[in-house]
Amino acid sequence: MKVRVILRLLLLAAIMTPISIWVGQQAYHWMPEPASEEALLVDNLFSFLTTLGTFIFLGVAGTLLYSVLFQRAAKYDEGDGPPIEGNLTLEIVWTAIPFVLVVWIAGYSYKIYDQMGILGPMEHVHMMGEAIAAPLTAAAPAQPESIEVHARQWVWEFYYPQAGVTSTELHLPNYTRAKLAMTSEDVIHGFYVPAFRVKQDVIPGRQVNFEFTPIREGTYRLRDSEYSGTYFAAMQANVVVESADAYHQWLNQAAAQVPQPGLNPSYVEYQVRVENRDSRPGWKTVTPAPAPLVNFPGSPDLPIPGP
Amino acid sequence: MTETSIIAPYYRQNEPQPGEPENWWRFFTFSTDHKVIGIQYIVTAFVFFLVGGFLAMVMRGELITPEADLVDRTVYNALFTMHGTIMLFMWTFPVLNGLANYLVPLQIGARDMAFPRLNAVAFWMVPVFGLILMASFLVPGGPSQSGWWAYPPVSLQNPTGNLINGQFLWILAVALSGISSIIGAVNIVTTIIRMRAPGMTFFKMPVFCWTVAAAQTIQLFGLPALTAGAVMLLFDLTVGTSFFDPATGGDPVLYQHFFWFYSHPAVYVIILPVFGVFSELFPVYARKPLFGYKFVAVSSFVITGLSAIVWVHHMFASGTPSWMRMLFMATTMTISVPTGVKIFAWVATVWGGKIRLTTPMLFALGGLVNFLFAGITGIMLAAVPFDIHVNNTYFVVGHFHYVIYGAAVMGIYAAIYHWFPKMTGRMYYEGLGKLHFVLTFVGVNLNFFPMHPLGLQGMPRRVASYDPEFAYWNVIASIGAFLLGVSVLPFLLNMISSWILGDKAPANPWRAIGLEWLVASPPPHENFAEIPTVVSEPYGYGKNEPLIAQQMVSTELASELS
Repeated sequence: MKVRVILRLLLLAAIMTPISIWVGQQAYHWMPEPASEEALLVDNLFSFLTTLGTFIFLGVAGTLLYSVLFQRAAKYDEGDGPPIEGNLTLEIVWTAIPFVLVVWIAGYSYKIYDQMGILGPMEHVHMMGEAIAAPLTAAAPAQPESIEVHARQWVWEFYYPQAGVTSTELHLPNYTRAKLAMTSEDVIHGFYVPAFRVKQDVIPGRQVNFEFTPIREGTYRLRDSEYSGTYFAAMQANVVVESADAYHQWLNQAAAQVPQPGLNPSYVEYQVRVENRDSRPGWKTVTPAPAPLVNFPGSPDLPIPGP
Repeated sequence: MTETSIIAPYYRQNEPQPGEPENWWRFFTFSTDHKVIGIQYIVTAFVFFLVGGFLAMVMRGELITPEADLVDRTVYNALFTMHGTIMLFMWTFPVLNGLANYLVPLQIGARDMAFPRLNAVAFWMVPVFGLILMASFLVPGGPSQSGWWAYPPVSLQNPTGNLINGQFLWILAVALSGISSIIGAVNIVTTIIRMRAPGMTFFKMPVFCWTVAAAQTIQLFGLPALTAGAVMLLFDLTVGTSFFDPATGGDPVLYQHFFWFYSHPAVYVIILPVFGVFSELFPVYARKPLFGYKFVAVSSFVITGLSAIVWVHHMFASGTPSWMRMLFMATTMTISVPTGVKIFAWVATVWGGKIRLTTPMLFALGGLVNFLFAGITGIMLAAVPFDIHVNNTYFVVGHFHYVIYGAAVMGIYAAIYHWFPKMTGRMYYEGLGKLHFVLTFVGVNLNFFPMHPLGLQGMPRRVASYDPEFAYWNVIASIGAFLLGVSVLPFLLNMISSWILGDKAPANPWRAIGLEWLVASPPPHENFAEIPTVVSEPYGYGKNEPLIAQQMVSTELASELS
C-alpha cells in the first residue's frame, strides 16, 4: 500500500518535472530582451521561480482537479466521506517542505542580489544640506563620471558634467558601468528601464546614486515608476545604448549644439488643455515644468520593442 | 467559562427587540441586533462595491487604447485613487465585518456581541465616511488624485489651494474608517474571548472565528500606526507642518513606513476571514472533517504575528538600504509557510470526500485556485532582485487582484451563498448562482492574468496612457473587466428575487455541523433559547457524534422512546 503510494507520487513528479522545467525556460521570453548584466541575473532568478512555481501549482491544482472530477457524491448519496481528521506526520512534512523551499529561494535571491551589486540609496546618500555646509572639505567631487539625472513633474533631464552636455535623451556607452546621480525637484519619481530590470525611487531632498551595466546596443524606454501626479504616464524618455566610440562622438556633437527646448510631452499636452482645445472635463492640476533648454532633445519616436 | 448561560426570558423569543419595527425598516434603524448590523454592513458594502466596480470599468475603458483619450488625466487619476480606497475601506473591510458580526455570535453560541451599542456605532460610521468620500467628487479640484497610498509629496500638492479639498476629505474618511474598524475590532475580539458558550474551548471553536480573531488583532495593533500617519499628513496638508514634506525638512519615506506598517497587514485582515470561510465550507461540501483542524486554526495567528514584520517589501525600490531589503525578503517568504499549511489542509480535506459542487463550493474552489496562483506570484515578488524589476508595475496589480478579487471576493460570494438561507430564511436559485460563478471565474482570469505579462514587459501601474507595445494584453484585460461587471447582474437578480420569492429554508439546508445550523432560519432574536453546551470539536462529519450536550440528551430520549 505505502509502496504503491510512493511509486505513484514519484511517477507524478516525473511527469511534472519536465513540464515545470519547460515552462521555466519559456519564462525568459516573457521578459523584454535583456540589455544589461543585471537583466541576465534577474531573468535567471525569474526562470527558477517560474519552474518551482509551476511545479507547485500543477501539484496542488492537479490534486484538486482530480478530486472535483472523480470524487463527486452520487446524486442521491447523502452519506459522509471518511472521517479523517488529520495526519501529524503529513502535517509536519508539509510545514517543513515549504520552509526548506523558501530558505532555498531566499538564499538564491540573496546570491543574485549580491552579484547585481545594487546600491541601496542609503549607502551613498549625500544629503543636499551637507554638501552645501561643507564645501571646503569636499574639494574633489565624489564621482566625477556620474551622469546627473534630474526628475521633475513631468520631464527627465540628463546632465553630463565632464562634457557639459544636457539632454532629454539618456545616452550610455555599451559595456561600461553606468553611474547615475539622481535628484528630484518636487515629488518622488522612479527611474525604471524595463530592458535593464533596474528600478530606483528618486526621493526629493537627497541625491540617490545608482549603477548598472548595459550590454546591448539599442534604444529603450525609461519610465517613471513611482506615481508622480497628473502627467505621470507621460514621463518617459528614450535611453540609447551605443558603442563607446559612438557615445563619445555623440557627446562631442551635442556639446557643440546651441541649447534648445528639450522633449516634454506633458507640457505640450497641458498647453492644449489650457487653450481649451480639449473638450473633456478635468480638474485643476499642478502646472508641468516647461521644457528645459538642452543641447540635445533626442528623438520623439518610440523605440521598436526588441524581438 | 463565565456565567453567560442564562436562559433568555420567554417573552423575548421570536420577537424584535423592544421598540424596533418587525419589518424590513429595522435595517434602517440604529439596531443593536448583531444579525441586523451584519446585514446592514453587507448590503452597504455591496453598494460601494458596485460604485468602486463602476469606476474600475471606466478605467478599463480608458486603458483599452494606448492614448489617454476617454477621460482627462486628472479624472483617471481620481478614478484609480477612489477605486482603491472604496474597494478596501468601503467594501472588503465592511463586508467582512458584516459576516463576522452575523456569524461569530451564532457560531460561538452567544446571544449578541459583547458591546451591541458600540457595534451599531461602528456600523453607522460607514455610511458617514462613505458619504464624505463621495462628497469629494463635488469639491473644487475633485477627489484625491494621489493613489490609495497617498504618498507625500504628491498628496501634499494642492493645486486649488482650498482648505477643503479632495485629499483633505480622503484623509478624514480614512481616519474615520480607522476609528470605526478599531471599535469593531475591540468588540469582535472581546466577544470571541469572553462570550463563548460553555464547553467551547478555543480548540472547539470554528476556524472562521479563529481567523476573524486573528484578523481583528491586526486591526488593533496596525491601525493606530496608519491613523497617526494620516493625522500627520493632515497637519502637513492643512496647517503646514513638515513631517513628510522634504521641501521643509520632512521625510517622505517615513510616511511610507507608517502607511505600510498597517496597509500590508490590512491585506491579511481581508484574506484571513476568507481563509476561515474556506475552512468552514470545504468540510460541509466534501462531507469530511477539516484536515488538521488545530494546525489550520493556529496558523492564523502565526500569520498575524508575521504580518507585522513584512511591510518593507512594498518599499524594495524605495529608500531602503540593502540590509533592510534582505531582512524583509526573509520575513516575507516565511509567511508562505503558515499559508501553505492552510492550502494543503484544504486540499487534503477535499481529497477522498463526497464532493457536492453547489454554488458556495464552486466559489470556494475557484477562490482557492486563484489564491494558489496569487501565492506563487507573491513569493516571486518577495525575491528582491525580481521585485526590483516588477515593483510598481502591472505584475503587482495582477497579483493583488488575484488575492483580492480572485480569492477574497470569491470567498465572500461563497460565504454569502452558503449562509444566505440562514440570514434570510430563503433558498437562492442554484442555476443563477452557477452562472454567476462561471462569469466571475472567467472574468477574474481574463481581467487579471494579462496584467502579469504586462508587468513583466515593464508597464508601470497607475498610468492613464501607455506605449502601443502593451495594447494586446490591455484589450483582453478590459474585456475581462466588463465581463466582471456583467457577472454582478445574475448575483443581484438571485439575491433580490430569492429573498422575496425563494423557497423557505429549513434550519440546516446543507446538513452542516455548527451551532448556527441548530437554530431556525433566520435565527430568532437573541439566537438561542437555551445556550448550548459544546462537547465536540467542529467539523465532525462522518463521525456521528453530538456537537452539543443538549443533542446527547435528545438522542438518549429518542432511543429510550423507541
